[in-house]
Amino acid sequence: MPVALRSFEYWLMSYRRVWRGSVVSSLLNPVLYLTALGIGLGKLVNKGAHPLGVSYVAYVAPGLLAATAMQVAAFESSYPVMAAIRWTRVYHAMLATPLRIRDVVAGHLMYVIARAASVAGVYLVVLAAFGTLKSPLAILAWPAAILLGLAFAAPIVALAAWAKQDNIFNALFRFGITPLFLFSGTFFPITRLPEPLRWLAYATPLWHGVDLIRRLTLGTATVGLSLVHVAYLATLAVAGVLLAQRTYTRRLVR
Amino acid sequence: MSASAPLIRARGLVKTFGTLTAVDGIDFDVQPGEAFGFLGPNGAGKSSTMRMIGCVSPVTAGTLTVFGLDPSRDGPAIRSRLGVVPQLDTLDNELTVRENVIIYGRYFGLSRKELRGRADELLEFVQLSERAKDPVEPLSGGMKRRLTIARSLVNKPDLMLLDEPTTGLDPQARHAVWDRLFRLKQQGVTLVLTTHYMDEAEQLCDRLVIMDRGKIAEEGSPLELIRRLSSREVVELRFTNEAPQIQADVFGGHVSRVEVLPDRILLYTDDGDALVPTAHDKLHPQSVLVRRSTLEDVFLRLTGRTLVD
Repeated sequence: MPVALRSFEYWLMSYRRVWRGSVVSSLLNPVLYLTALGIGLGKLVNKGAHPLGVSYVAYVAPGLLAATAMQVAAFESSYPVMAAIRWTRVYHAMLATPLRIRDVVAGHLMYVIARAASVAGVYLVVLAAFGTLKSPLAILAWPAAILLGLAFAAPIVALAAWAKQDNIFNALFRFGITPLFLFSGTFFPITRLPEPLRWLAYATPLWHGVDLIRRLTLGTATVGLSLVHVAYLATLAVAGVLLAQRTYTRRLVR
Repeated sequence: MSASAPLIRARGLVKTFGTLTAVDGIDFDVQPGEAFGFLGPNGAGKSSTMRMIGCVSPVTAGTLTVFGLDPSRDGPAIRSRLGVVPQLDTLDNELTVRENVIIYGRYFGLSRKELRGRADELLEFVQLSERAKDPVEPLSGGMKRRLTIARSLVNKPDLMLLDEPTTGLDPQARHAVWDRLFRLKQQGVTLVLTTHYMDEAEQLCDRLVIMDRGKIAEEGSPLELIRRLSSREVVELRFTNEAPQIQADVFGGHVSRVEVLPDRILLYTDDGDALVPTAHDKLHPQSVLVRRSTLEDVFLRLTGRTLVD
């Protein structure tokens, strides 16, 4: 058994305290969002011709799936990491045992992946129930959402281990996660953005995740473009893991 | 590893943090079955030394072996045989008492089945069986310490590292912890502890080193150190006003050392009672106390009375 699974097990054990509320909200969120945006707002957007080529609910649903995977991953990679270093000091407990830095990092990321996977899985089922999945390729949206989660989780755990104070997370969510949520093609095509902002949006990881997942659920994915998205997200994940090894080591082994 | 090989061996051990030298070239050996103490004021380098032994702090210079292994290369193998009680608690306050022991055992790769029985035994040993199903959060400081000790024993360690195990505990809780540690020592577990409580060192340690500013100032058993560096007894003379400045020769050859403090005079001697009448006649103190010399006297002599922060 890989040693990192032992650290993963801790996070699962600690998740058991909150799982009921967490499961309810991961089911309720997609239902509420898709009802409001798809049926409410969608009625207005879809008036006359379908400007997006598909109904608004089918357009926005994969965007929301991607954005939710990002948000869950970002949250589970921020405060819990700082808590494990400073407040509960759980990482210190792990490092007094045979676990190494790489096991501590990997165990935490496994947990974030598991969270992103379960939330994205529920989302995908709700998407199917709303009739927004237009292609059998949609099943690949699940691993794509997990990769997107990891692409956010790895750099953010690195940041969280490096940071000295938790107010850095306010900045991260206010100036990072929320603008990404709003402007990375989740709700509307980024071709609507003015030129410089559009290029900025193309460079963001969430846009790559949204576009990848949307094309999979709508059945418009091409191999070439999908690979570009996957390569972008995978690069971010690998860079984040390498960086996390360094920031964890500097913070915990001194 | 041969039977006589030390469990821990340090030669010229150094730890620096930037320009600060926390441990400044120390040598020591810890033998199997021994209770070994690092005694010293805050900032003396005790915790840094413990963290190097625990393989969570890289050695800056010198050599260190634990179980004959090299911490920089064999950290996981060494740690799998250690029981660590850190200075700050690392318990998960929201898990139950029992879950804390079980998950810690899982870090060592022990099976859940094995851990169920082990957790019950260990909680029994630290007298926390009744609290097994309660969350850790509301436990008292002393209970949390006992839980940390129980948890550190989950892998049946050959060597326990205890960093200030009773700091911040009330007297009852301290004695409860000492009692458990004493039983472990009787079972043959090697204990390495840091403390700035002299009574703790006298109670628990077979041998100790006194550290000051990163260096080892003295080494020996508590009794040896008291004999060598203090006297058998101490006479404390208290004064209402300022204590008079006196020299040792006031008492002839019976006093080995005199320490004059603002409102007190300490006479280091082998026979305290014999000095009392002379002290009353010559110095008219408000009160006189004859007591056994302690490690505290040794400690203060070596590291001074100035506050260290």
